[in-house]
Amino acid sequence: MPIVTYRDALNQALREEMERDPNVFLMGEEVGVYQGAYKVSRGLLEAFGDKRVIDTPIAELGFAGVGVGAAMVGLRPVIEFMTWNFALLAIDEIVNSAAKMLYMSGGQIPVPIVFRGPGGAALQLAAQHSQAFESWYAHIPGLKVVAPATPYDAKGLLKSAIRDNNPVVFLEGEMLYNLKGDVPDEDYTIPLGQADIKRVGSDVTVIVHSKTLAVAEKAAVRLDEEDNLAVEIVDLRSLRPLDTDTIVASVRKTNRCVVVEEGWPFCGIGAQVVDEIQRHAFDDLDAPVLRVTGADVPMPYNKQLERATKPTPDRVIAAVKRVTYRD
Amino acid sequence: MAQPIPVEPLDPDRVNFYIGLLRRMLLLRRFEERAGEAYAQGRIGGFCHLYIGQEAVATGAIAALREDDYVFASYREHAHALLRGTGPRAVMAELFGRVDGCSKGKGGSMHLFDVKNRFMGGHGIVGSHLPLAAGAAFAIKYRGDDQVVICFFGEAAVNIGAFHETLNMAALWELPVVFLCENNRYGMGTALERAAAVYDVYRRACSYDMAEETVDGMDVLEVHAATERAVARARQYRLPTLIEARTYRYMGHSMADPIHGHYRTKEELEEQKLKDPIEQLSQRLIDQGLLPDSMRAILTQAAEDEVQDALTFADESPDPTDQLYTDVYRD
Repeated sequence: MPIVTYRDALNQALREEMERDPNVFLMGEEVGVYQGAYKVSRGLLEAFGDKRVIDTPIAELGFAGVGVGAAMVGLRPVIEFMTWNFALLAIDEIVNSAAKMLYMSGGQIPVPIVFRGPGGAALQLAAQHSQAFESWYAHIPGLKVVAPATPYDAKGLLKSAIRDNNPVVFLEGEMLYNLKGDVPDEDYTIPLGQADIKRVGSDVTVIVHSKTLAVAEKAAVRLDEEDNLAVEIVDLRSLRPLDTDTIVASVRKTNRCVVVEEGWPFCGIGAQVVDEIQRHAFDDLDAPVLRVTGADVPMPYNKQLERATKPTPDRVIAAVKRVTYRD
Repeated sequence: MAQPIPVEPLDPDRVNFYIGLLRRMLLLRRFEERAGEAYAQGRIGGFCHLYIGQEAVATGAIAALREDDYVFASYREHAHALLRGTGPRAVMAELFGRVDGCSKGKGGSMHLFDVKNRFMGGHGIVGSHLPLAAGAAFAIKYRGDDQVVICFFGEAAVNIGAFHETLNMAALWELPVVFLCENNRYGMGTALERAAAVYDVYRRACSYDMAEETVDGMDVLEVHAATERAVARARQYRLPTLIEARTYRYMGHSMADPIHGHYRTKEELEEQKLKDPIEQLSQRLIDQGLLPDSMRAILTQAAEDEVQDALTFADESPDPTDQLYTDVYRD
């Protein structure tokens, strides 16, 4: 199977879906001539022309709304935000227009649009350029929210997102673009709303999405070698709809759980996951569910401080040892 | 009192067109009057923004459109939906929050939608529908079609970022869209002069090298003619236009707001009513012998009958009780 980067897997998904459906177009800052700020759209302008790969002014609210309006009359826009940090300027169109249009029109106007771009903690980009917004969008009925962790998932999920008839917030890991992995040549999609068990284990469930998969995998290897603990890793992949069945089934098997995310702890994705677990698997738990999150501070620039905000294998290992009463 | 400005005589060959405009404006006026009463009676809830006084703008503009053109509007949009062909029954039932409303009772006064008549809402955040309208125009150009989009918004929207971002992209990308600013002078209680450094709205177009025009928004024929020019520009050359129609609302910002008080005087309101769009057109028709007295009465009664029928229909329509969780996602 070909080894492909996360970046190129996304590029393949865009290319294949644009070939498949003439209603799909890509719009955003620097997506065309510049080949993408993160090169996800490399070569697409040459392949599809400037009618379908559209460079925009720096006007996030405006071009996000143009995308929503185009989707309202039947096109399938893919709106790239250079990063999700800048999408805050467009959140009115995402939340008030895209997410609610179908409902407030009494079912008349679906909005098949993908908003995508990199997010999450980056490297020394400081407070305004380094943050995870998953829980913001997952809060909103009418949106679907996806955050893939691997090249394989990135491609299959983006293809599904583009074919979906609802607005999809597609959060790519800014630090994942160079990650390599197996991506088959044949056409495939991954349904939205299905978690994936990335590692099978019996002692503790570690729930992750996006970049925290790699953190949990490192922790799992060490826990296996050093403590003889078998970690099961559940990669949520989609945050809305959330695959509660897979989460609950794993916790029922292991009876212990740690939820890992880069976002802030308050009202985070993990808070929702823990709520699902306590409602559906209360009697199966042998320990309180613990969370490993980003620190509850704006992202600092200083390298040491920045490191201290992020979920690390050490922090995951410490949490796993607590829920297994090994510490 | 100032002398009235002389106007061009009406063309007798177009009498049916003029009477059609008058008939529509009478319907809008009566619809809004009765909606206001129903609101006061508690039969309509939430925010309800009436269009009384501004009828000439939407009536003149929408008469310049083809059936397959798109209309986007703000939350003061009962008239625009009615003019687009959404029946008074479906609009009134929506105001009443009933299942037979044009948005199944889930949108309300601010979120009327009627896709089959290309009425694309009904948007509640000031300025946020301007990018949507440009997006529909983008789609038209993308497909190589020749429809036009018209986007109605109040003058207060010209100070929000979405206005500038949208006009820039519409001009840059040469999109077939008409931006029609309904300048009724007040954003809620703030006069435009107190909110904008440049308060001749049409002048904003020069920032984007966009065609512009300003018209008397109390004169339905002037609005119609200006919109026809802008629509032709959009359809033939795919170029946007900014039209400023200077109009006036007789009611408060919404039914929850005072009609006059701290921000404007009763005298100002009464003076503006002398330019009433319905009376202006009616008087011109009568002066030229094109509208018999009896016909004005017949049109008024027909509007009343239609609105009464809509009120009865809305009253009898059920609540959308089984629709709470429908239409959140589309399969």
